[in-house]
Amino acid sequence: MNLHEYQAKRLFAEHGVPIPKGQVSNTPKGVREIARELGGRVVVKAQVHTGGRGKAGGVKLANDPDAAEKLAENILGMNIKGLTVRKVLIDQQATGGIAQEIYLAVLIDRAARKPMIMASPAGGVDIEQVAEETPEKIFTVHVDPALGVRSYQTTYLAHAMGFPKELWRDFHTIVVGLYECFKENDASLTEVNPLVVTGEGKLMALDGKMSIDDNALFRHARLAEMRDVDEEPASEREARLAGINFIKLDGNIGCMVNGAGLAMTTMDVVKLFGGEPANFLDIGGGARADQVATAIKLILSDPNVKAVLINIFGGITRGDEVARGILAALEQVQTDVPMVVRLAGTNAQEGLEILQGADMITAVTLSDAAQKAVAAAKGAK
Amino acid sequence: MSILVNKDTKLVVQGITGREGQFHTEQMIAYGTPVVAGVTPGKGGIEVEIAGQNVPVFNTVREAVAETEANTSIIFVPARFAVDAIYEAADAGLKLIVCLTEYIPVLDMIEVRAYLDNKGARLIGPNCPGLLTPGEAKVGIIPGSIAMPGPVGVVSKSGTLTYEVIDALTRLGIGQSSCVGVGGDPINGTDFIDVLTMFEADPQTEHIVMIGEIGGNAEEKAAAFIKEHVTKPVTSFIAGRTAPPGRRMGHAGAIVEGKSGTAEGKIAALRAAGIPVAENPDDIAKIVAERMGLV
Ligand SMILES: Nc1ncnc2c1ncn2[C@@H]1O[C@H](COP(=O)(O)OP(=O)(O)OP(=O)(O)O)[C@@H](O)[C@H]1O
Ligand SMILES: [Mg+2]
Repeated sequence: MNLHEYQAKRLFAEHGVPIPKGQVSNTPKGVREIARELGGRVVVKAQVHTGGRGKAGGVKLANDPDAAEKLAENILGMNIKGLTVRKVLIDQQATGGIAQEIYLAVLIDRAARKPMIMASPAGGVDIEQVAEETPEKIFTVHVDPALGVRSYQTTYLAHAMGFPKELWRDFHTIVVGLYECFKENDASLTEVNPLVVTGEGKLMALDGKMSIDDNALFRHARLAEMRDVDEEPASEREARLAGINFIKLDGNIGCMVNGAGLAMTTMDVVKLFGGEPANFLDIGGGARADQVATAIKLILSDPNVKAVLINIFGGITRGDEVARGILAALEQVQTDVPMVVRLAGTNAQEGLEILQGADMITAVTLSDAAQKAVAAAKGAK
Repeated sequence: MSILVNKDTKLVVQGITGREGQFHTEQMIAYGTPVVAGVTPGKGGIEVEIAGQNVPVFNTVREAVAETEANTSIIFVPARFAVDAIYEAADAGLKLIVCLTEYIPVLDMIEVRAYLDNKGARLIGPNCPGLLTPGEAKVGIIPGSIAMPGPVGVVSKSGTLTYEVIDALTRLGIGQSSCVGVGGDPINGTDFIDVLTMFEADPQTEHIVMIGEIGGNAEEKAAAFIKEHVTKPVTSFIAGRTAPPGRRMGHAGAIVEGKSGTAEGKIAALRAAGIPVAENPDDIAKIVAERMGLV
């Protein structure tokens, strides 16, 4: 789960990372009021779950409340990478301007099986680009969870950032804070880009990004409440609540599969035979008929869908249970979208028998099913 | 021969009285797996009758091991309690622990893995279908009916996709030495290289099928390892070529992180190491058959 910048920065601040004074608003009038309280010189920042907000015109400086209000009128409602801006963060401008911008993040290095701190003196810009073009400007240290961040590690990074000795202590506190924030909240990423040296010579986190490990949300009630449902497509939300893994895509062949690996593979094979998947959908292991019904309804609620491909290889999931779910869904939604069903494994035969009365195209192998679904989608156009 | 589990396995099932635990214990016993004990805290002292066999239940793994000489554990415990269950099994001295549980937090797994490495214990999983040595032992949920004993070692990050491949091999009359689901989580207990090493050393295994998916770099590392250390032929498949970048496709591990971890990168690394990569999973079994000179 992703957090907004303002949420991330507040969590960083709880761990001693200095951030600008700021507040969130969803109206231009509110922005004006906040800007006035903050002394007029502010930055107005779109709060959406994507990077590149600045480049898209969603981050702008204002030198008085009037200007802040004008900017907010423009930024609120703006579309950034398909997401509508519904709130803005109004932050005080860094005092004395910005002398230096660096990149700082904590993430998990899968290969090393440890959290890793990554820093770069080339801050404020797209870090992927830095990694690709000037990898020598990226500095990393791994953190042993049993030891935590050690001061020799932050000294190494501070030196690599080109910071004067006077800043090393504060930098250490910030790195430790960002790591503690990462660990305590079960984050998969805490990122500050940029961490700046202000004109007054102080370190400050101007931007913040944070992703939480969904698997750990059960032990973070406070974070779970921070979820912004506006940032999640309605269909994905419905799927999440039903315990289904669903991601909407742009194609026209709806897919329902059990197991993430097989679901991805089904999409791959659809594409191999010239089709475009409309979604990724994994009903999980041991899905019940009602979950299957929800899945089918979700797929059919996408008007782009011209054919549905159901691919189930039963292990813990049973073919008869899936078949009952399909029938239940078809009782609730009228559709003339053609459906291709391929059942294999546990109780596949029973499932196919249940589906005999329904108007379904059956297939034996995945290739067979994908080809039939691609043909059906073309025929329906 | 085979790897990891066989007739000498003595299995303790953690979470044996739960819905999942009970159902799959029945399947494992029916397959002929030696299940010697169950553990459910608070239910110690009873015996449960599963698939016509009485299995003693203990409060702790420690007692189960002391009483029954169990040497392998399988964990059917919900995510909130699974981490503790893994530590408990390792602390009781077990050297092979199979955890099927999905949704374990990554930071927990980092600590678990460090602890197990220190103890010299091997974890398979989490978030995996477990192990199957056809004709000998099923420690997990891979359907026994689709497998048969033979020369192909199968290792995979995925669950149902693996069944697909095992089934296709069996249909072509090609049996399997052992099937290993290592799981799709970002941090797991056993990776491709560990299993490749075991298959390389196993006299029964003549050919290896490795099924990877997007995310992480386990496939790239495996490719380099195979080139240097594996003499047996390996055939591969990578799921997720069409997955959009930056989205999480169910397996927590299957996130395409920027440019690293993509299907293209993995396929290129494997091919560069001389490993054929099937375009379509339906072709894997055919490629294996051809390479084994069976067609
Ligand atoms: N409080 C502030 N005071 C002065 N300048 C600021 C402040 N906040 C942001 N800026 C300037 O604006 C730039 C862009 O801001 P920020 O990093 O928050 O957005 P972004 O990185 O463009 O957005 P995204 O994270 O979506 O890519 C910063 O690099 C910094 O130069
Ligand atoms: Mg930024």
